[in-house]
Amino acid sequence: MLGALIIVFREVIEAGLIVGIVLAVTRGAPGRGAYVGGGLAAGLLGAALVAVFAGALADAFSGAGQELFNAGILALAVVMLAWHNIWMASHGREMAANLRNVGIAVAEGSQSMTALAVVVAVAVLREGSEVVLFLYGIAASGTAGFGQLLLGGLLGLALGGALSVLMFYGLVAIPTRYLFAVTTALITFLAAGMASQCVVFLQQAGLVTALSGTLWDTSAILPDDSIAGRIAHVLFGYVDQPSGAQALVYFVALAGIFIATRLAAPARRPTAA
Amino acid sequence: MKAARVSALIALSLLFAAPALAQQASVRLTIKDHKFSPAEVRAPANQAFTIVVKNLDSTAAEFESKSLRVEKIIAPGGEVSMQIRPLNAGRYRFFDDFHQATTEGELVVE
Repeated sequence: MLGALIIVFREVIEAGLIVGIVLAVTRGAPGRGAYVGGGLAAGLLGAALVAVFAGALADAFSGAGQELFNAGILALAVVMLAWHNIWMASHGREMAANLRNVGIAVAEGSQSMTALAVVVAVAVLREGSEVVLFLYGIAASGTAGFGQLLLGGLLGLALGGALSVLMFYGLVAIPTRYLFAVTTALITFLAAGMASQCVVFLQQAGLVTALSGTLWDTSAILPDDSIAGRIAHVLFGYVDQPSGAQALVYFVALAGIFIATRLAAPARRPTAA
Repeated sequence: MKAARVSALIALSLLFAAPALAQQASVRLTIKDHKFSPAEVRAPANQAFTIVVKNLDSTAAEFESKSLRVEKIIAPGGEVSMQIRPLNAGRYRFFDDFHQATTEGELVVE
């Protein structure tokens, strides 16, 4: 049971943290429950579909289907996160300033919410398909102790959900005037990490071959497969043995989104507070 | 003008030839009863190659290795191949992420 719990929890961590961040970012926004819920539902449905068609997906594009699919949805998430950050930088401040006067902002804000819903869906889809396959494998093998394993899997899911809650309350405990800066930074790191993960899949597909050497190896200090390593991976894109290409894309994405967000922000006005 | 065109052609063909060349060397593995066979495989150092894994079990597997930087789901009865970068000599551990306790193996690069 413990084994199943750990495996499922490990997979759910990423989605759990991302959902927590999105909930904090969208706090107080009208109808955000529907967006986040919709993202979750779409992600779960997608995960089940990916699990069912895993074989067909693997065989697509002369065997590179899985890699291209993963790279594609990661790239989509990166674009959505970057876009959300830029949008928030250009509108967020005004919205926060006069929350009552949000006639146009709601319509535009819903686009930004859609972007975040897509990010939730992608996170759930990626990790969820592995959970589905793993739990299905348990169910299919029909061995004794099946109930125990299933219970472990469900507990792992619940723990992942608890992590969302923790992330959410951790973030909303931050005073409102800093929260925006913190979530903007978090989303930038999140996006850069996903961009670098995207490169790994392109390398695995043989599409990216440049700078494939290992840049450093910190697996003895903070291994990828430890819980702390997983969390650092989700939040900051940490990997213990990155390739040069991964690091390059990471820093380019980080700098690119940071600069774009800065440029989009309206000129700083002296604030009354 | 012509030289430029020829060199562009060569560059282009190199671009497409590279993955094809890399496919020449390949390491084959099978998974049965949640065990890799063989559990230890060898590959030459400093040249790209592919790892081909066939899953003979009735449950899905996920071939994964941190040091090789790969992770790929293999459907029951399915076969996948992965591109591996040129590696330094050494030992590289791989495992089935869904059955880590029983399904692991090592790649010896020399």
